[in-house]
Amino acid sequence: MKSIINYFKEIFWGLKSLVKGMAVTGHYITHPKEIITQQYPENKATLKMFERFRGEVVLLHDENNEHKCTGCTACEVACPNGSIEIIPKRVEVDGRKVKAIDQFVYHLQMCTMCGLCIPACPTDAIVMANTFEHAVFDRSKLTKILNKPGSKIMDGIK
Amino acid sequence: MEEIIHDQELESKEYFINMGPQHPSTHGVLRLVLSLDGEIIRKVEPHLGYIHRSIEKMCEHDSYQQIVHLTDRMDYLSCHINNEAVCLAVEQALEVEVPDRVKVIRTIIDELTRLSSHQLWWGVMGMDLGAITSFLYGFRDREMITDIFEETCGARLTMNYNIPGGLFFDIHPNFQKRTKDFITYFKKKLPEYDALLSDNVIFKQRMNGIGKLSKEDAISYGVTGPTGRASGFSCDVRKHHSYMAYDRVEFKEILDTEGDCFARYKCRIAEMWESMHIIEQLIDNIPEGDYKVPTKAVIKLPKGEWYQKVETARGEFGVYIISEGQRSPYRLKFRSPGFSNLSALDHMARGCKIADLVAIMSTLDLVIPDIDR
Repeated sequence: MKSIINYFKEIFWGLKSLVKGMAVTGHYITHPKEIITQQYPENKATLKMFERFRGEVVLLHDENNEHKCTGCTACEVACPNGSIEIIPKRVEVDGRKVKAIDQFVYHLQMCTMCGLCIPACPTDAIVMANTFEHAVFDRSKLTKILNKPGSKIMDGIK
Repeated sequence: MEEIIHDQELESKEYFINMGPQHPSTHGVLRLVLSLDGEIIRKVEPHLGYIHRSIEKMCEHDSYQQIVHLTDRMDYLSCHINNEAVCLAVEQALEVEVPDRVKVIRTIIDELTRLSSHQLWWGVMGMDLGAITSFLYGFRDREMITDIFEETCGARLTMNYNIPGGLFFDIHPNFQKRTKDFITYFKKKLPEYDALLSDNVIFKQRMNGIGKLSKEDAISYGVTGPTGRASGFSCDVRKHHSYMAYDRVEFKEILDTEGDCFARYKCRIAEMWESMHIIEQLIDNIPEGDYKVPTKAVIKLPKGEWYQKVETARGEFGVYIISEGQRSPYRLKFRSPGFSNLSALDHMARGCKIADLVAIMSTLDLVIPDIDR
């Protein structure tokens, strides 16, 4: 007799536990405002990333097309996986030759977004941008030259 | 009649089956070779190496600042704690005492990492057993923690927030408010987890008494973390070898004696409550001060050996550095919890049905890049 009662008891408690779980899911069906899904491609216009988000390395340029990079290669040394490659050149300023950057090459495909290059820069020339849509069809497009054509170093940066 | 029974062809033979490396419930690229007798498992043989990246070798060529970001790629669900282990070992070698502010912030983010790891585990655990609902609920709550990380550390998963001697940046002004909001929110939501899975009769029957691991076996296999504690092995590094701010907070070490899948499940759910308790004690008392101590641009450790262990969401994680006085270590060894926990899988799964193996693996909470490195 006892085993029969236990048998029905187990069925009752089992069904009750299932109903309890269904009550949670049922609550969210009837309260659609509590659902927090973001409709990503549609909400692109309003989507705002956090300011510290590390998306890619960019070289800052001002309105005169001038940047702060002296070509000291501190970021190249700090980078753990060789994402940054600086090709220097000699330019003539006031009659003497000074080292400057020819190309600031950035291999996005190798970058792990660790952010070690940013504090390494002595002149704060590079920052991490918030962009995150890096997918391209051609791999060679991921190798970027960060200094804009015709840009030169700002006055007074050494 | 008797002749037929004794016929060799009717005797059961061992049958081999490959589980993985692409099996969805192996959480990555783990290959298990199972020897089966019908549906019953006779032997489990894990085959590793599908995601080996030789991180330990790479560390021998990197500077100490650069090593930190490689540990993100091992146990990616508790990456902040891994980072901290390397930083603690380097700080121990340099004999640097980090400010109180750093200690408290690191502890808070440690516990947030543990929470987010357990939330993901809970979601995936339900999905392994055939309930996709729990996956969505687990990820919904985890999203709030990843937002906190993204705002303060700059990334959602591979945070790289620690540097030898402190932190990358100070905490974001919104950090305390967001964390407190999350704690109040999650205290309401955690009972939902119980209602959905813990009390469910189907779930209970698939977990109770499956994959038993005794305390002696847990110790001899080196099983740590919630998996070991569910067998009654008191192995919480936070309690026994306290680091950072864990000595100034009050928390319980969750222990169970059953050692089966449901005990491991209960241990992790209880740990979530404990983590929230730890964060609550610290979040209002972050001391003022610097967020890092200045270190040299090129860190050179003196000649010697150092070992530092921390408690990740999966168990004891150790970093062993041998330095010859150069800018990079002579040898660096990681003791990863996943590897030791996996070694006990064969012992636990013998005699179980093949469907139980999925439940056992799920409660071990394996992260494959942590095992393979």
